[in-house]
Amino acid sequence: MESWKRSPLVFAILALPATFWLVVFFLLPLGFVWILSFGEKTSLVDVEITWTLANYWRALDTIYLEIIWKSVWISALATLLCLAVAYPIAFLISFLSPRMKLLMLMAIIMPFWINMLIRTYALIAVLRRNGYVNFIAEWLWNKANLVLSAVGLGEYHLLGEKFEPLPLIYNNFSLMVGLVYVFLPFMVLPLYATIERLDKSYLEASLDLGASQFRTFVSVTLPLTMPGVVSGVILVFIPCLGSFLIPDLLGGTNAQMIGNVITRQFKQANDWPFGSALSFLLMYVTFGALALRAFFAARGARRTEE
Amino acid sequence: MSDTTPAAKAVHREKSGDARVAQETTAIVRPAAVSSPARTSRHRDPVGPLEFHRRKWLWAIFGMTIVLLYAPILSLMAFSFNNSKRNIVWQGFTTDYYVRAWNNASLFEAFTNSLTIAIIATVISTVIGATVAVMLWRFRFPFKAPYEGLMALPIVVPEICMGVAMLTFFNTIHWPSGGAWPLNLSAIIIAHVAFCFPFVAIVVRARLAGFNRELEEASRDLGASEWQTFRYVIVPFLKPGLVAGALLAFTLSLDDFVITFFTAGPDAITFPVKIYSMVRFSVTPEVNAASTVLILITVIATIFAVRLQAPSKAVE
Repeated sequence: MESWKRSPLVFAILALPATFWLVVFFLLPLGFVWILSFGEKTSLVDVEITWTLANYWRALDTIYLEIIWKSVWISALATLLCLAVAYPIAFLISFLSPRMKLLMLMAIIMPFWINMLIRTYALIAVLRRNGYVNFIAEWLWNKANLVLSAVGLGEYHLLGEKFEPLPLIYNNFSLMVGLVYVFLPFMVLPLYATIERLDKSYLEASLDLGASQFRTFVSVTLPLTMPGVVSGVILVFIPCLGSFLIPDLLGGTNAQMIGNVITRQFKQANDWPFGSALSFLLMYVTFGALALRAFFAARGARRTEE
Repeated sequence: MSDTTPAAKAVHREKSGDARVAQETTAIVRPAAVSSPARTSRHRDPVGPLEFHRRKWLWAIFGMTIVLLYAPILSLMAFSFNNSKRNIVWQGFTTDYYVRAWNNASLFEAFTNSLTIAIIATVISTVIGATVAVMLWRFRFPFKAPYEGLMALPIVVPEICMGVAMLTFFNTIHWPSGGAWPLNLSAIIIAHVAFCFPFVAIVVRARLAGFNRELEEASRDLGASEWQTFRYVIVPFLKPGLVAGALLAFTLSLDDFVITFFTAGPDAITFPVKIYSMVRFSVTPEVNAASTVLILITVIATIFAVRLQAPSKAVE
């Protein structure tokens, strides 16, 4: 690697476009939002920058605190579900032949490339009142009633007078399904990367020396793949926390997350300063999570050196 | 220490160079880790403790996940050919909804807008991303680590924060939102480039890591100018990385909803934004048809990108 001083012109030509774009079309806009978050609305359209902290204080109101809290636990639960599903999958893939590995990994990751909106829309068609799941449920209900009639129990209406569609959409359930469905690949990838590198002879040694499969998993496999777990958890948790589209389309009126509140401030309520404060709070949480990940990564690296 | 677990001891023994133990361990592990065609005939053997690829319950979880991941998408695609507005019971094959989607002027406009934005944003972000990747690969300069951190920022910042930032920015500087096509798309293109080029930079840098610097030196020694070396030595080597990065940028741009949703003016609608407004009202086969086309474009682009990045192709 050479010093930039050796050919400053080439250095400048190569560095300029990206630096310009990053500063003008990314850092500057973020700076605008940051400044706006200390502003006050003076009329319907005007905002005055008074360096007030009122917008941040407002985020601590019970109503917003509840939504923030809800966003956190919904994201945490979705992350946990992703982990529970992704770990066995990543584990299985890491034991396959190289060719199969690539194929199976692609199969899991392919949906990730398909437009998130289209995937969410596909879920709506599955979960809605007259969607596929309810269609099958109704069919089963009719069949079950036929069977009941056949054995002479028809007039008791054991399964209710009429088929009631299952409430599968516009609630916390559909929100959770949507988050897990969309973000699962984010969990599989880092988990696979660590389990793949895990020296399988450690497992062999543990089993050989009399530890049960369960004990081996808890005391050997899991601790050794912890960096992947941490990476995956953070990679899923961050986008879940900031998601707007999934709660908007799949969550009901009371299954809203912080992203929806931010959007509402900008699109309907027209309270940009408050929306800016909320989005910076979301960013601080994100950076906190990333710092945590860097900390664990550094600790993991030190351990391996020892 | 007396309470050291047997497993830890074994590991320690192996690490400390006890060749016999190490040999035994690898000998036992190999059949599990490598599956060769010869082994398929022995499938009726009891499952070995480390033969996780033969555990039925693991495959069950895997299979269930695959079904749950693909069933909604495949049914969406299948029902785009369904001859029924109700969209749930199969009524026969038709391509009517593709024709209708094609003739739906606003949907078609949104689709062309999306493609235009994706193509322009891809070209710009490939150039920007590649140059900065070459710069970071070649030069040492003060504050390099923080610079690289800033470069990765657009990747980690939540989409919604970036969308909000773009909305605030273009609104504050009074960026013209109207204008003749494709000028009305300029704000969206700028925003897309801002989140696409760091991804291109990462892909190109990964490719550069395998570059033999002696080639560059040889080219200079033989009298090539800086530009000639770049054009005839570095760029040809980078080509697969450039194409993979460009395809990545293309899919990212085509896929984006949240940032576009905030940046788009009233007369600059992209395909995802249009679908969003349609989906809010109802689920129609027309949307299925248009989505199917977009899915196919994305899948094809992705397969190309993955094939270009496959390790076997990286070696030349």
